[in-house]
Amino acid sequence: MRYLPLTDTDRADMLSVIGAASIDDLFVDVPAEARLTGAIAGLPPHASELAVERHMAALARQNLSAGEAPFFLGAGAYKHHVPASVDHLIQRGEFLTAYTPYQPEIAQGTLQVLFEFQTQVARLLGCDVANASMYDGSTACWEAIGMARRITKRGKAILSSGLHPHYVSVAKTMAKFTGDALAHEAPTLDAATDIDALIAGIDKDTSCVVVQYPDILGRIADLTPLADAAHAAGALLVAVVTEPVALGACRAPGAMGADIVVGEGQSIGVGLQFGGPYLGLFACKQKYVRQMPGRLCGETVDAAGKRGFVLTLSTREQHIRREKATSNICTNSGLCALAFSIHMTLLGERGLRELATLNHGLACQAADRLAKVPGVTLLNDSFFNEFTLILSKDARDVVRTLADKGVLAGVSLGRLFPQTPAIGNGLVVAVTETVTAEDIESLAAALEEELA
Amino acid sequence: MTMLKEGRPTAPTPVKEAHMAPATATGNRALMLEEALIFEIGSTATTGVDFAPAPSVASRLGKLARTDAIGLPGLSEQETVRHYTRLSRQNYAIDLGLFPLGSCTMKHNPRLNEKVARMPGFADLHPLAPQSTVQGALGVINELAVWLIKLTGMHGVAMTPKAGAHGELCGLLCIRAALEARGDARQVVLVPESAHGTNPATAAFCGYKVEDIPATPEGRVDLEALKARLGPDVAAVMITNPNTCGLFERDMKTISDAVHAAGAFVYCDGANFNAIVGRVRPGDLGVDAMHINLHKTFSTPHGGGGPGSGPVVLSEALSPFGPLPYTARMADGSIHLIEEENVGEEMPQSFGRMSAFHGQMGMFTRALAYILSHGADGLRQVAEDAVLNANYILRSLDDVLDAPFGDSGPCMHEALFSDKGLAEGFTTLDIAKGLIDEGFHPMTMYFPLVVHGAMLVEPTETESKAALDQFILALRSLAERAKAGDEALKGAPYHAPRRRLDETLAARKPVLTWTDPALAVAAE
Repeated sequence: MRYLPLTDTDRADMLSVIGAASIDDLFVDVPAEARLTGAIAGLPPHASELAVERHMAALARQNLSAGEAPFFLGAGAYKHHVPASVDHLIQRGEFLTAYTPYQPEIAQGTLQVLFEFQTQVARLLGCDVANASMYDGSTACWEAIGMARRITKRGKAILSSGLHPHYVSVAKTMAKFTGDALAHEAPTLDAATDIDALIAGIDKDTSCVVVQYPDILGRIADLTPLADAAHAAGALLVAVVTEPVALGACRAPGAMGADIVVGEGQSIGVGLQFGGPYLGLFACKQKYVRQMPGRLCGETVDAAGKRGFVLTLSTREQHIRREKATSNICTNSGLCALAFSIHMTLLGERGLRELATLNHGLACQAADRLAKVPGVTLLNDSFFNEFTLILSKDARDVVRTLADKGVLAGVSLGRLFPQTPAIGNGLVVAVTETVTAEDIESLAAALEEELA
Repeated sequence: MTMLKEGRPTAPTPVKEAHMAPATATGNRALMLEEALIFEIGSTATTGVDFAPAPSVASRLGKLARTDAIGLPGLSEQETVRHYTRLSRQNYAIDLGLFPLGSCTMKHNPRLNEKVARMPGFADLHPLAPQSTVQGALGVINELAVWLIKLTGMHGVAMTPKAGAHGELCGLLCIRAALEARGDARQVVLVPESAHGTNPATAAFCGYKVEDIPATPEGRVDLEALKARLGPDVAAVMITNPNTCGLFERDMKTISDAVHAAGAFVYCDGANFNAIVGRVRPGDLGVDAMHINLHKTFSTPHGGGGPGSGPVVLSEALSPFGPLPYTARMADGSIHLIEEENVGEEMPQSFGRMSAFHGQMGMFTRALAYILSHGADGLRQVAEDAVLNANYILRSLDDVLDAPFGDSGPCMHEALFSDKGLAEGFTTLDIAKGLIDEGFHPMTMYFPLVVHGAMLVEPTETESKAALDQFILALRSLAERAKAGDEALKGAPYHAPRRRLDETLAARKPVLTWTDPALAVAAE
């Protein structure tokens, strides 16, 4: 077996050092009835690298990848071009095959990256501080709700109807066990967001209001009035960003008063990957830092006085605090944070703004073109790179039919909100820099044919 | 001095100790290069990416255009490559040498798995793409699920948890949902003293009261104490097997039977599954739920702290309560997803979604490639060699280091030592930092908590005997120095990119983001 270096001679020599007659002697503590005597039945034996690669390639060929078709899916996961150097650098073994930086003297590479990542994320989201990442946007979102509960000592969160429904599902799952009460309604097909309704719903028991920006239908609204209303009632504003590229063009939630800003960082550096691994972004105001979940990297000095970095404030964490920890998270998304940070460094502020401008420009062109298709209405007044079309029939069927024709049209609201048939004609369409004019024409033509 | 006739030295002149390391103007030391922060070397006007020109359109951003300076420096492509390459060289990694972190299973990460995960047919798929276009991806999830079920002898598997601790959460949520389904509001979860910190943290998150179970002097769960504590208020017992002292819990089946008889469930922390994969099926020991860290046993790279992946195998009693989405193979061979839309008919007792999408697909492809490469026979060999390597280290060093459970029988895949017998004032930390100078990553230190100054060494099966012998040589030397009171050891590491770092300072005055010193002065 190509990954196992011991020879039979080695094994015999080592057993004699140990003083055991056979390998079985080392498993003597396993009760006899639980000891398997041979390879587990029904499973194949080892295989060559070539054979495994062939098997996996055959499975890969059964999929229609985003790059092979006119592609317009978003709704929480976005296709962006990732520069070649990002993937090259994250595959350096010193990053790829390192562990959590528990021994800082020999982990300064990872630690400095995390410090830079935290700074990039805080600045992008408009917050004072950010952590070293969470699993993904949805889990970061429910960790934010839990953090708001700890800070306000209140247990009622109000979730915007524009919050990604899977994020709502995750929060509802967790709330069943933490006892938080979550107020949430499905969205309606309006150009305006539900900010006024959210403000009206805030009361003295509200821990936080959770609002997505841009929201699941692509709409963007000024969060300032919502932040003011939440703060006036002693509640926090949690903003959720599923498309961080938007913040190269749109005001940052932190700058509009959000206390905690979480997000999905997949758009920058990570790729689609069928949903994971992704990258949870988590940032907040300085005053709440000790209530934050997850790992934090901080600056310090070494014994010789040189600047260095360490994991810090670990008295919040499970390995020190055990049942009193702020979260049970241990492993985070280190390598995805590295990819994000490299991509962001390549972009810089200038590149990020250019990328955002390009996304917005193409999205505007696509929205105008698609709205001309008979049977299609554009819902949004405002959007960044994603908008909602209202079709003349159920969008779920349209998506399936167009997929059969090799066009990946978008995400239907029927798939996202199966319990809300009233919005079933809605189709969420994302347009990034990877979309070409020909792609837009292909989608327009396919929709025209399907809706005729 | 040996010289060529033109006077160029061909052999180094021996240097005196005091002249070993003169300071350099840059702070660099040949290949060891100091690297400033991107905020110190980059500029917001620099970019390493070129884009096509954006079409000229009227903005649809409402009044929300971002006009403030964001403060994100950019670098050209070459500067970027250099920055991260230089930083990478300040990291230790499995690719450089033995990484014996106990309970972390730092084994070789085969590069085939990286290649496979990057196939566009997997890497470039959207999680909400129509199911007809992602049958191969769903096939990967399903094929891996079958392997995990068969290897563990369990009934079902929840694939979506994103790491070990997330898997623990999944398992406890299943248990809580199962108890609620029978109208049973139990409040207590029992956790051994030696458990990973995530266990009590997870149980507390799920709303349970956590109580410790004591260990016996030989390092195993105290069966009598556990039995005495079982009762109608106990929801679950969380046990790590093999446990964190590196021992197999001999009484596991008896424990499970007692827990089940008391109406509770057995959660097994599967962090140490590497020791028994292919040789023992947790299902045969009465386990109801166990997470499997794909980044440990199945070799997906740790990436400097993630991403991980923590599928949870479930007993028949718990399977109906698992999270969404779930994959199911249909009679016609196609694979379909159980999501919110069809959960009512197909999985009505599911506790719901615990992350946005399908879990760590990028880890599934890697883990499946690893599993297929080993096959059933190779995986069994994995466990055997992992256990052999750990016992070899244990018995090669138990004359110089205290092995607190050395008399309890063979260890499993990790060898545990304590700081007993070191000279006054010398600690496990000194030995760990000494290992850095010897060219190794230190073992896990001060865990498990039940042993004073614990050193938990997990070599894994991918280390050769030569590599183990080198490590043993280094650890033996350090143990002898610490027992002899060699003061120089307290200054280690001497040869790493940094000397010991001041963690107290970092925590007392946290600096978590970079601030331009010029601005910081202005603000004061």
